[in-house]
Amino acid sequence: MSMKTSTRQVNGITIVDCSGRITLGEGSVVLKDAIRDLLSKGQKRILLNLGDVNYIDSSGIGELVSAFTTVRNQGGDLKLLNLTKKVHDLLQITKLYTVFDVKDDEAAAVKAFAG
Amino acid sequence: MTQNRVSYTLDSTLETVDSAERAAGKIATEAGFDEEEVMRISMAVREAAVNAVLHGNAYDPGKKVDLAFERTGDDLVITIRDQGKGMDLSKIPDPLAAENLLKTSGRGIFLIRSFMDDVQISPSQTGTEIKLIKHVHGSSGDAKEASQ
Repeated sequence: MSMKTSTRQVNGITIVDCSGRITLGEGSVVLKDAIRDLLSKGQKRILLNLGDVNYIDSSGIGELVSAFTTVRNQGGDLKLLNLTKKVHDLLQITKLYTVFDVKDDEAAAVKAFAG
Repeated sequence: MTQNRVSYTLDSTLETVDSAERAAGKIATEAGFDEEEVMRISMAVREAAVNAVLHGNAYDPGKKVDLAFERTGDDLVITIRDQGKGMDLSKIPDPLAAENLLKTSGRGIFLIRSFMDDVQISPSQTGTEIKLIKHVHGSSGDAKEASQ
């Protein structure tokens, strides 16, 4: 299943609902383009909902890191929501679980954005 | 489990990466691994195939990737060989080091080592061969049972 994203706004936060696989090639490109598009529109408070992402490889992990640092470097914030067990485990073993702000409740995640 | 070996010669394309992953999943399932182990094995193979296609052969259409699965009595052994210049193992950074955590690449070999029981990397001037080994009856599971 290829990667798909859709965006919605909740209290000034942009929620990106992702589904499919974030892997080398199309999946990583879709995520990169989605983040780039949001930043170009000034939407810098981003909640990445990975609840329907069932697979991610090292390239996809790299793309998540890239999204995180790109948004932060532009003065925004990016948090992760609803990790599947596979993605959770991957972030644990790569020590990225402590780098990302990971949430499992959408309403609480939206509130957690400063300002 | 009977002695069994299957091998493929594949182009240096992204399709090869997906094909290698699918083949690994199928063979690991047939070997009796559970769903989680199948995912780990197929991801390790995917990462090794990515290394072969991208870093080894650099998408060169004249270079091939050899992929072989061998089932022995105790192990599933997967061998992936590229025709590149040979991986320099000394240049692989530790992705868990604080200064590397936010790097966008460099986690492939680490994930492979995390997911397999044994990994042997043999670089040469004519390519890199990586051998991934998974014990059919995992030693970690045995250890857990023994400790209970």
